[in-house]
Amino acid sequence: MSGVRVLVGTRKGAFVLTSDGKRERWDISGPHFAGWEIYHLTGSPADPDRLYASQAGGWFGQVIQRSNDGGETWEPVGNEFEYDGVPGTHQWYDGTPHPWEFARVWHLEPSLTDPDTIYAGAEDAALFRSIDGGHTWQELSGLRGHGSGPAWQPGAGGMCLHTIVLDPTDPGRIIVAISAAGVFRTDDAGKTWRPANRGLRSEGIPDPYAEVGHCVHRLAMHPSRPDVLLMQKHWDVMRSDDAGESWQEISGNLPSDFGFPIDVHAHEPDTIYVVPIKSDSEHYPPDGKLRVYRSRTGGTEWEALTRGLPQRDCYVNVLRDAMAVDSLDSCGVYFGTTGGQVYVSADAGDSWAPIVRDLPAVLSVEVQTLP
Amino acid sequence: MIRVVLPTHLRTLARVDGEVKLHIEGPATQRAILDALEARYPMLRGTIRDHATARRRPLVRFFACELDLSHEPPDAPLPDAVAKGAEPFLVVGAMAGG
Repeated sequence: MSGVRVLVGTRKGAFVLTSDGKRERWDISGPHFAGWEIYHLTGSPADPDRLYASQAGGWFGQVIQRSNDGGETWEPVGNEFEYDGVPGTHQWYDGTPHPWEFARVWHLEPSLTDPDTIYAGAEDAALFRSIDGGHTWQELSGLRGHGSGPAWQPGAGGMCLHTIVLDPTDPGRIIVAISAAGVFRTDDAGKTWRPANRGLRSEGIPDPYAEVGHCVHRLAMHPSRPDVLLMQKHWDVMRSDDAGESWQEISGNLPSDFGFPIDVHAHEPDTIYVVPIKSDSEHYPPDGKLRVYRSRTGGTEWEALTRGLPQRDCYVNVLRDAMAVDSLDSCGVYFGTTGGQVYVSADAGDSWAPIVRDLPAVLSVEVQTLP
Repeated sequence: MIRVVLPTHLRTLARVDGEVKLHIEGPATQRAILDALEARYPMLRGTIRDHATARRRPLVRFFACELDLSHEPPDAPLPDAVAKGAEPFLVVGAMAGG
């Protein structure tokens, strides 16, 4: 029987949650890399036993870990993330120029076809690539150097490149998102880049329709429709039907259009999930009710999913990388909270149950569907 | 022989138990110790000092002989007791780091 392996990154280590296809009984292993912040761990689509983890901390900086056996054992690989050339400056919180400084890797995105090729999204915002299984990293500096870089500024969490979307039909096309700069797209495998933010409106910047400067929180794409991109922005849920050339708002009847994660059903490209959060300063669900919202129409019309989720006195957050879907016949949806809970729905969101309740604050959730 | 005590997280990363003993050519300095340490345990590169600048990471401290040597120049001679192995060179995560 097929099963799932859920990879959970937390503020104080990584956890691996495994189950069979029913997704009712779970084995929990961890903490792995105890005491370190695990911003993200993920598996290669080309080899599910190849895992990568971003391990970081205030004391000792960045480590990248790699597993070749599905997480049974790990080995540290390369952790030298050096900006290409003279890094220059971006804007600091107060608007003054600030030198580009590497802080950590927020997100790892393995190649769809090669287990040894992997992309890393960094703070301060930059995209790195390794083609040797993580031993060495090279910056794709055309992104940071395309022209608008000196105007980028950090969001509250830091100036991070947190989303990397690889087009399964076009190996040259990569779409990334940066807080708080926006979406950028390359069509030549990372040599040249351009902003892809037309249609976004952000009141927190001098020109609400500026070409760059938007605090995009997360992007999602269904592999069968790579031109359709979905976005949870600082405020607003957005959709593009032309690979980021233009965006339209699909917030519709959501109780709040602020939030962090967004994801798509594995088999239904028009079924989308978000977790509304009350506001940019009140990072918890509206009314103390933890609700996932699902649209089956590609946006605008949303329904609250509440069965099995706390509907009173709940004040956790769900961070941008902390939602995932499996690809079993009945699509599983997963998310983790800053309160340390990881929830699963084995029926596409209709009902939910906690897998674990008391982990450290969850930073990321990925799921691998295993044969 | 120089004795080096690593903090728990770096011992785990380097897969060592207890003290690390290093042989150093020439004077015992912070730089010489860290060069030898990173040569034996490459996974520690970048965790104690910056890859590019070789500057100590802000929340790492170097103690020995009940002295804070963190702000000493990297090529300054370390105390004789460290050079002779009578006292260990301590790599410490600062109290504010976690």
